[in-house]
Amino acid sequence: MSQPDPTPSGVADAGLQEEVERLHAEMEEARPPHAGPISQAAAALVALVVGVLAATGSYALGLGRLTQPGPGLWPFAISVVIVVLSVVLLVTGRRLEDTERFSKSSLLTAVALVTLVALAALLPVIGFEIPSLLLTFVWLRWLGKESWRSSIVISIGAVAAFYVIFVLLLQIPLPRLI
Amino acid sequence: MDISPILNGFGVVLEPTNLLYCLVGVIIGMLIGVLPGLGPGATIAILLPITYGIDPVSAIIMLAGIFYGAQYGGTITSVLLRLPGEASSVVTVFDGFALARQGRAGTALGIAAIGSFVGGTVSIIGLTVLAPVVAGFALDFGPPEYAALGILGVLLVSAIGNGNRLKAVIAACVGLLIATVGRDTFTGAERFTFDSLNLAEGIDFIPIAMGLFGLSEILYNIEERHNQVHSPAKVGNVWPSRKDLGQAKGAIGRGSLIGFLLGVLPGGGAVLSSLAAYAVEKRRAKQPERFGRGAVEGVAAPETANNAAATSSFIPLLTLGIPANATMALIFGALLIQGIQPGPQLVTEHPDVFWGVINSMYIGNILLLIMSIPMVGVFVRILRVRPAILAPITVLITLLGAYTVRNQVYDIFLVIGFGVLGYLMKKFGFEPGPLVLAFVLGSMIESSARQSLLIFGGDPAGFLTRPISGTVLAVVVIVAAWPLIRKALPRKKPAAVPGDSDRVEEKTP
Repeated sequence: MSQPDPTPSGVADAGLQEEVERLHAEMEEARPPHAGPISQAAAALVALVVGVLAATGSYALGLGRLTQPGPGLWPFAISVVIVVLSVVLLVTGRRLEDTERFSKSSLLTAVALVTLVALAALLPVIGFEIPSLLLTFVWLRWLGKESWRSSIVISIGAVAAFYVIFVLLLQIPLPRLI
Repeated sequence: MDISPILNGFGVVLEPTNLLYCLVGVIIGMLIGVLPGLGPGATIAILLPITYGIDPVSAIIMLAGIFYGAQYGGTITSVLLRLPGEASSVVTVFDGFALARQGRAGTALGIAAIGSFVGGTVSIIGLTVLAPVVAGFALDFGPPEYAALGILGVLLVSAIGNGNRLKAVIAACVGLLIATVGRDTFTGAERFTFDSLNLAEGIDFIPIAMGLFGLSEILYNIEERHNQVHSPAKVGNVWPSRKDLGQAKGAIGRGSLIGFLLGVLPGGGAVLSSLAAYAVEKRRAKQPERFGRGAVEGVAAPETANNAAATSSFIPLLTLGIPANATMALIFGALLIQGIQPGPQLVTEHPDVFWGVINSMYIGNILLLIMSIPMVGVFVRILRVRPAILAPITVLITLLGAYTVRNQVYDIFLVIGFGVLGYLMKKFGFEPGPLVLAFVLGSMIESSARQSLLIFGGDPAGFLTRPISGTVLAVVVIVAAWPLIRKALPRKKPAAVPGDSDRVEEKTP
């Protein structure tokens, strides 16, 4: 139950299931270790909070009645399901092993996120060329560990190709510098 | 059966632009099947903005091509690198890689390509015959039936997908909740908009799909290093010998059937059917110990089945308007963007879309057969492209593409937001698939349920007394309670084959 299980027990025989599990275990090795009961509880709590907030929000919208459903009835019903299931998850899910620990390499994702936000923020101000160039370069050099030379060459090439395709050929109105 | 719409459908496909989009779709599908990282779902999500500007038939033909093309491409990495490109190619690894080690990688790829072609084509014929019948049957469905079917679809995809079910259903409910953001169509009240003008129009499908499927996968892959990349095995002669073909013949036949049947079931699809087909062959074999050591049938069966299933999973979408898996949810969304409501009326109201898409698959499969046998070397060479180079390019396509839909930076931020949400969901063991599927179906389920309540005069018992919606809801209850039922029944490891297949049937209508 804990691992993503591609073999619904009804279909595969025991031998096959073992083989699939072995293969999965092998592929799992490349992944960070699972994060333990605290993160499971945290996940369930976040879901619970979402459910409670949505339930109060929809209650405020007005539930109406079954003959005359108000705008809040349907979201309220869903929120109740979320609340109930998150409580069940909170109680029963502590031993699950499907969360992943944040590791040092999660910092790479954080860096990536910064470049994304920077692109979105700069795009309307200075056009797409420079932010795109920076983004590709950072991704290649530091996230992808490419060499300086190939990072420079590929990022310039990629942005030039984008310019030709998006701006010159397809004439899409992107905000741009040139 | 009146076949003139079918023939007209061929006319639609053979228009040069549509042929071109079909070719582009299957090439992209092959490529992303071969390249590690992005799956067909992510690719379709990222390319959604492109479909905005083109004709609906061409758009869907291309997206469908990406979907079934990826099933062909996924085989190549399974056989040569022991890395399944797609989840549905996992079992192909056992015998495919064993064959490659024996220097018979070409045979494995050739058999897989032929099996894929046969499975795909058999499934399209089944689709051609069956789809109009199912659509005709569904024509008298009213709002209660749609509400019930929608709930069943969401539940099945959550229950049968990967990972923990409880988390999947929670994710699906969040998707239903996000679908309610914006102005309520019945009362005009603004829901969860927090007085934001952007939110008042509701949240658009494209940023959600691009963020949760596309960007989240890229962000997730930054961390996950593919440490052990083998250099690809050498590919010799890809034309299988007469002996290999003879050996694989039965497996291909049975694989087509298994794939077609399991693919129709919501939530079933390619992964399940490839496993089932492999298991059936192993059990039927006179020398089961050959499996795992390079049995040709062990490649033929799953590859045939996953293609057949990929094709037949279009049936519920095109006939009932219920996507059978998360990728179909994307195609559903793409149709909605084009102003086309998938459902039983599709075949009569938009025969060009219906038959155009179905018939394009015949052409697409022929194109894929050509690409997987004579041209396989080209795609093997692509295996050497490093994922690190592709990632930034994909990101740029995603972000700039999101902007082009409405020329709003707000949409880029939405994509980033949903990308982060998807990344965190993956880290905490929640699959984004059910969320997107539920989001797509959400407003349909809500409005059908509310219309039904009006029809029934506020009495929810009305859902149960109508035969079809009642039956569907009964299945919903069984699926929802299945884990409890299974715990309650004291049963040992299942031993017999027929019992096993029955259990699959029970879960589904």
